[in-house]
Amino acid sequence: MQPIIQVRGLEKTYATGFQALKGVDLDIRRGEIFALLGPNGAGKTTLISIICGIVRATGGSVTVDGHDIVRDWRAARSLIGLVPQELTTEAFESVWATVSFSRGLFGKPPDPAHIEKVLKDLSLWNKKDSKVMALSGGMKRRVMIAKALSHEPRILFLDEPTAGVDVELRRGMWEMIGRLRDSGVTIILTTHYIEEAEEMADSIGVISDGRIVLVEDKAALMRKLGKRLLTLQLQNPLESIPAELAGYPLALSGDGRELVYSFDTQEEHTGIAGLLRKLGDHGIDFTNLHTEESSLEEIFVSLVKERA
Amino acid sequence: MTSPINLHAVKAIYLFELARTWRTLFQSIAAPVISTSLYFIVFGAAIGGRFTAVDGVTYGAFLVPGLVMMSVLTESVSNASFGIYMPRYSGTIYEVLSAPISAFETVVGYVGAAATKSIILGVLILLTARLFVDYSIQHPFWMAAFLVLTSVTFSLLGFILGIWADGWEKLQIVPILIITPLAFLGGSFYSISMLPPLWQKITLFNPVVYLVSGFRWSFYGQADVPVGISLAMTALFLALCLTAVWWIFRTGYRLKA
Repeated sequence: MQPIIQVRGLEKTYATGFQALKGVDLDIRRGEIFALLGPNGAGKTTLISIICGIVRATGGSVTVDGHDIVRDWRAARSLIGLVPQELTTEAFESVWATVSFSRGLFGKPPDPAHIEKVLKDLSLWNKKDSKVMALSGGMKRRVMIAKALSHEPRILFLDEPTAGVDVELRRGMWEMIGRLRDSGVTIILTTHYIEEAEEMADSIGVISDGRIVLVEDKAALMRKLGKRLLTLQLQNPLESIPAELAGYPLALSGDGRELVYSFDTQEEHTGIAGLLRKLGDHGIDFTNLHTEESSLEEIFVSLVKERA
Repeated sequence: MTSPINLHAVKAIYLFELARTWRTLFQSIAAPVISTSLYFIVFGAAIGGRFTAVDGVTYGAFLVPGLVMMSVLTESVSNASFGIYMPRYSGTIYEVLSAPISAFETVVGYVGAAATKSIILGVLILLTARLFVDYSIQHPFWMAAFLVLTSVTFSLLGFILGIWADGWEKLQIVPILIITPLAFLGGSFYSISMLPPLWQKITLFNPVVYLVSGFRWSFYGQADVPVGISLAMTALFLALCLTAVWWIFRTGYRLKA
């Protein structure tokens, strides 16, 4: 199936001479949650802003559901809802007025029932007549999401959606994003919270220094780059790793009470069986053992470091 | 399917901007009406009594078109500039830029709302003036035409100002340093035939002269400059503003990086 967003050779050089994007190619599949990760200044917001029509590209092309964003901008833009990173709101307007305004702006006839549903979904219904400036930061963020959803977009961009939102609300927001995806909306989010991407995303793209470093299925990425650690709790502490075990990637921790073995889950022979046999041969007993996977955060940090 | 013209968006911007007027009713409508009334009391009633009639029209009546024009053009500039500067300042402009709305539609929404407000204001001032002086309107059609043309032209100018300004200070300084002096020196309070010959020449570079003169002609059939020239100059000024707006959207000046 044709990707819903297709980015080809996208470049952006700002008037200051700063090159924010250095030839980005990216496909985003219909109906998925795509998380775009990258350090500050990597080009995440520039990329989103170009797709949404706020920033002009210097080179390259973008199509949204087959519509070129420059030639066929009207069709492309009416499919997109954008929630930018900055909290910018029409402070003096009521929640209802500002959300209804957004719907009109995107060329949709008034539909109070839809606006009501959006506000209820975002727990803003009882605030519909409040002025936006009287709301808390988390509520303002939700007003911005409501504005983006007011015109029933097929694609939703969330630039750092949960920044400044407390933990409980963040959970609620994740659930809402999940429901949106279930209704067929494609969601592209950027985030600093790796746990957010880990929890929600179907695919993950990493951008660094204006280039897409990798795009992968989340599960595949975790498998591919995931290292597992085997930790053995020893019966008797060791002072150093015995010479016979020097061939294994082992480390001692916990005052010599823990032996940590790292291995790659992708390899056919993890070497665990051999290690355990050797430990038995040398009379090193252990009381407990457990394994853990590296988190997306560790994967991410190692990826970005590698390139720097 | 997407329609070729996004009427819903034009309507949304237009009504949104007019709603702002109702919310700030005192500031946007009552204040200019009150200050114009003060002009009528001071210049028309108090001082005006000592002036002779200008070209057979009493000074009070002579003032009416000038004061309406002055309020309409200063309010057009300030309304329209504020209307577009505010979303730029607060950042909410992102939504307009990302919406499926063309430059033309955006301008119709913002400038249309500002011009509408100015026309309402002009009519209110005319009605208020009735309380102070007696005046007649010989050419109501042309009166309306000049009122609309001026409102639209100066709202466009305000729109340009609101895009150009990168701070509140600039937003204020242009009306104070340029628009108000031009309005005061544009023959709102006097006929330019009262000026010394040299100043009569210099004053012809002031676009406001043509607006006031043409507008006054529609009331009393007399003008400082022929009405055809007034109309042509107003149209020229409108064309200049439209060109500037076209350029702004074409280049993305101060709107898009």
